[in-house]
Amino acid sequence: MRALVAGLLGVLALVATWELYRAVGPEAGVTVGGTVVLPRTSDLAMPHVWEMLRVFGEPASGASDADSVLVVVLGAAGFTLRIAAVGWLVAVVVGLALAVLMARSGLAESAILPWVILSQTVPLIAIAPLVRRWGSQLEVGGLEWQNEYSVAVIAAYLAFFPIAVGALRGLKSPVASQVDLMHAYGVGWWTTLRTLRLPSSVPYLLSALRLAAASAVIGTVVAEASIGLRGGIGRLVIEYAQSAGGDPAKPWAPIFGAVAVGLVAGGVVALLGLFLKPYRRQEVLS
Amino acid sequence: MSAGTHAVEVAGVSRVFDTKKGPVVALDDVDLTVAAGEFVSLIGPSGCGKSTLLRLIADLDQPTSGTIAVRGKGPRQARLDREYGIAFQQAGLLPWRTVAANIELPLQVHGVAKGARRARAAELLELIGLTDFADHHPDQLSGGMQQRVAIARALAESPKLLLMDEPFGALDEITRERMQNELVRIAAETGAAVVFVTHSIPEAVFLSDRVVVMSPRPGRITGVVDCQLGSSSSRTDAVRDEAGFFHAVAAVREHLHGTAPVAVRGVETR
Repeated sequence: MRALVAGLLGVLALVATWELYRAVGPEAGVTVGGTVVLPRTSDLAMPHVWEMLRVFGEPASGASDADSVLVVVLGAAGFTLRIAAVGWLVAVVVGLALAVLMARSGLAESAILPWVILSQTVPLIAIAPLVRRWGSQLEVGGLEWQNEYSVAVIAAYLAFFPIAVGALRGLKSPVASQVDLMHAYGVGWWTTLRTLRLPSSVPYLLSALRLAAASAVIGTVVAEASIGLRGGIGRLVIEYAQSAGGDPAKPWAPIFGAVAVGLVAGGVVALLGLFLKPYRRQEVLS
Repeated sequence: MSAGTHAVEVAGVSRVFDTKKGPVVALDDVDLTVAAGEFVSLIGPSGCGKSTLLRLIADLDQPTSGTIAVRGKGPRQARLDREYGIAFQQAGLLPWRTVAANIELPLQVHGVAKGARRARAAELLELIGLTDFADHHPDQLSGGMQQRVAIARALAESPKLLLMDEPFGALDEITRERMQNELVRIAAETGAAVVFVTHSIPEAVFLSDRVVVMSPRPGRITGVVDCQLGSSSSRTDAVRDEAGFFHAVAAVREHLHGTAPVAVRGVETR
C-alpha cells in the first residue's frame, strides 16, 4: 500500500516538475555555451500534460467511424505485449539453457560467455532487417515465416542476455560447503542442479527476469519500428510522430502505451516472484 | 566387515598441492588410526593440514600418496556407501527448506520414502532438542541452532563415522561450550566414531578420547594426547574444572609449542 502511494507521488512529482518548468522556463530553452541543456517551453516541444491526456479521447484518424486514440493505443499495446511475451519466453529458455551449460563446464563458459557479451554490442537496427530477410527464406511444412516472428526473435535476442548472465551467477552462488555436501552424498550433477543450484539461483534469476522483461519490450518496439510491422506500438510511434506538427501532444500517446506494456510485463514478473517466495529467504549464517 | 574394523585407517598419506609458486606439501607421511566409536580431534595452527586430512578421509580430495581406509573400504566406496556423515564450519543449510526438510535432505536425495524420512527427522529433532522448530526456516534460527541442525543432518543416515570440520568455529564461547556438551552426549547416544577438526585446545581436550596435534609446513602429526576425561555420561561442565583437564590441556600445548609443560595456572578458554 505504501509502495503504491509512493509510486503515485513519484508520478505526481514528475508531472509537477514538467508543468513548473513549462510555466517559468525561458521560451528559447536554457543553453550553456551554445548547447541546449533544457528544452524550449513551446507547445511543440513540451505539450501540457492535460493535452497529452486529451489526445486519448480523440478519434485516431479522419475517418467518420474512426476509433479513439485510446482504443488504438490499447490495441497496439496488447499486440506489442503479446510479441514481447513470446520473445521473453524464448529468451528464458535459451538463456537458462546457456547458463546451465556454462555452469556445467568451465570450458563451455570460456567458450560461450564472450560471445554472449559480444552479441549485445550489435545494434538492433542493424540486425532487424537481417533477421527479417533470413526469416522470409524459411518455410517449415507450409508454415510461412511471419514478420511477427522476426520481431519476437529480436526481442529474445535482447532479452536472453540478462537471463544467461544472471542465471549463471545464481547457479554458481552455492557456497563451497554446500557443494561439498552434495558431493559427499555421492549424487550426480543433475540432482545437485535440481536440489541445490536451481533453488539457490532464484533471487538472481528474478532480477534477471525483470531486466529481460524490460529488454523484451524495448526490443519489440524497436524491431516493430525498424521492420515496419503494423499493429504494434513501434509502428504507432512513427505514425504519430508524423502528425506532431498538427498536434504536438499526439506522439506522446504511444509512448504512454509503451510504458503501460513495460508496467504489465514487470508486474507479471513480480507476480512470479510471489510464487517463488520460499526460495528468496537468505540464510543468516552462510 | 569384521567386528574389529577401524573407523579410519590412514597410512603414509601425503598431499601435495601444485601452486603457481611451486608445490606445497600440505600433508607429509601421516599415519592415523581411529577405532570404532572413538572420538579423535585434529588440532594445530592454520596450514597444518588438519582440514586437508579430513577432506581426504571424506573423499572430497585425493591423496598424492599413501592409503586411506574408511570402515574397511576405500574412501570413494565409503562415500558412495554413505559410511560417514559430515558437518562444516558453515552450517550450509538450504535457506528455502524448513529445519525438518534440511535434516531430510540426504535421505531425500538417496530416495528414502517420505514417511520414513519424516520419522527419522522427528527422531533427530528430538535428539538435538529442536522439535518445536521443525517448521521454521534456517534464517529464523540462531547460529548455534543452525549448527545443531547441520549435525542432525549429518546423522540422518545413522553413520558410524562423523566427520566435523570446525563446526563450532563461528559460534560464541558460551554457545560453543553448550554445543560441546551436546556433542559428547550425541556421540555417545549414536555410538559413532568422530573425527573433529578444531583449533581450540580446551574444545579438543573436553570432547576427545585422543587429541592429535599437528604442525605446519609440511603438515605432520607431532604428538598424540590421551585425554580420558571419563565416560560421556560423567563428562559435564564440572570436568572443565578438574586437574586432569588442565593436565591434558598443558600436554597438548606442549606438543603445539614444543615447550615443557609449566605449572597449571588457570583456565585459558582458547
